Amino acid sequence: MKGGAAISVLMLLGACAPVPVETAPADPAAVARGRDAAARLGCGACHAMPGITWPKGRVGPPLAGFGARPLIAGKLPNRAPLLAAFVTDAPAMAPGTGMPAIPMKRAEADDIAAWLLSLDD
Amino acid sequence: MTERTLPSEGWPPAVLDPAGPYSEPVTLLAWVLLAGGTVILAIVLGALWIALRGSPRLKTRLGGEKAIWILGFAFPSVVLTGLLVWGLMLTSSLSAARVPEGAMRVKVIGEIWWWRVHYQDGQGRETLRDANELHIPIGQPVLLELEAADVIHSFWVPRLGGKMDMIPGRTNRLLIEADAPGIYKGQCAEYCGGPHALMGFVVVAHTPADFARWQASRLPSQGAGGEGLALFLSSGCAACHTIRGTPARGLAGPDLTHVGSRRTLGAGILPNNPGTMAGWVADSQAIKPANRMPAYHQFSGEELQALTAYLVSLK
Repeated sequence: MKGGAAISVLMLLGACAPVPVETAPADPAAVARGRDAAARLGCGACHAMPGITWPKGRVGPPLAGFGARPLIAGKLPNRAPLLAAFVTDAPAMAPGTGMPAIPMKRAEADDIAAWLLSLDD
Repeated sequence: MTERTLPSEGWPPAVLDPAGPYSEPVTLLAWVLLAGGTVILAIVLGALWIALRGSPRLKTRLGGEKAIWILGFAFPSVVLTGLLVWGLMLTSSLSAARVPEGAMRVKVIGEIWWWRVHYQDGQGRETLRDANELHIPIGQPVLLELEAADVIHSFWVPRLGGKMDMIPGRTNRLLIEADAPGIYKGQCAEYCGGPHALMGFVVVAHTPADFARWQASRLPSQGAGGEGLALFLSSGCAACHTIRGTPARGLAGPDLTHVGSRRTLGAGILPNNPGTMAGWVADSQAIKPANRMPAYHQFSGEELQALTAYLVSLK
């Protein structure tokens, strides 16, 4: 799989002890675009999303505070590139998950990852 | 951050943006009534101001017999008679009593809280069953025969036509037409209990050539369903849903033969993609509380994936 090597390296990095925390401030425009894309795609069908009153799905975890979580799906280190890959093709990243692969543009996935990582409430 | 809901694009629908000959008179009438009402309100407020603050001479004139005859009798008689005659002439073209020759006919049946859509041929024979989405060609009137299975609903696609109640035991007729290709959202307009507000509808208007292509694509399910179809049949889904070309013959819920090609899920309320499909199948109760489909908590992640992939493939 293309990019598989990079992902493996990132996963290894995630397993190492002190990994420097990403401190680069999130791009507010990307965060806003990501929030809109997540709403447009209907992520709320499975996930309660901050700022969205309906729908509040219960199939997957609520997304509030996602940026502060150490792991994606309890498996992968919660970093932007992995998160972008996960929201597009969850089954490839976390086999056995109920979250399907969701067709979206690469840029949309990057924006959604930026938005998720900005959620600290 | 402002609290908001963000369902599928274009829903709830715009109500003052007509897109066809059966909605334009309705919108014009609405604007004229609003403008006329505003003028009359200004006259009443002016009279009120005179009554409270006006000079004694003006007060006397306002309270005189002549003013009562003019403002209290002649003015409303002329305005209301004129409005009635004009309104009836303006909206006479909306009547489904005279259906244009060769108009396409579709029966739409309101259910709690979704819509059956039965396409018919010229003789009124059913040709195709679908749900929650209506496909029409542009530039020609479409006759809708509106019925209700349980309680009163109201069919309303504001950009294409007027609003018409769907009443159990009756067939009401409504004409709609779209001038241009596009997607036109609708909404149940009569409170029908529970998630009434989440009872949306979609009309897709095609050019005649695209419409013919769409009609030709409405074939029974062909492909091997694999694990997804097996799960569909063994988990009880088929008790309520039909997928033509498979043993699934249930009639209580929407026909799913082409569910993967619909613009929306849950009757007009969610975009249709694998993610929303999985969310709807696993726990539609969280999305549309009290709808008739139970939450399915028994599936493993892989099973949910297989079922979702199968449903999404039903184009």
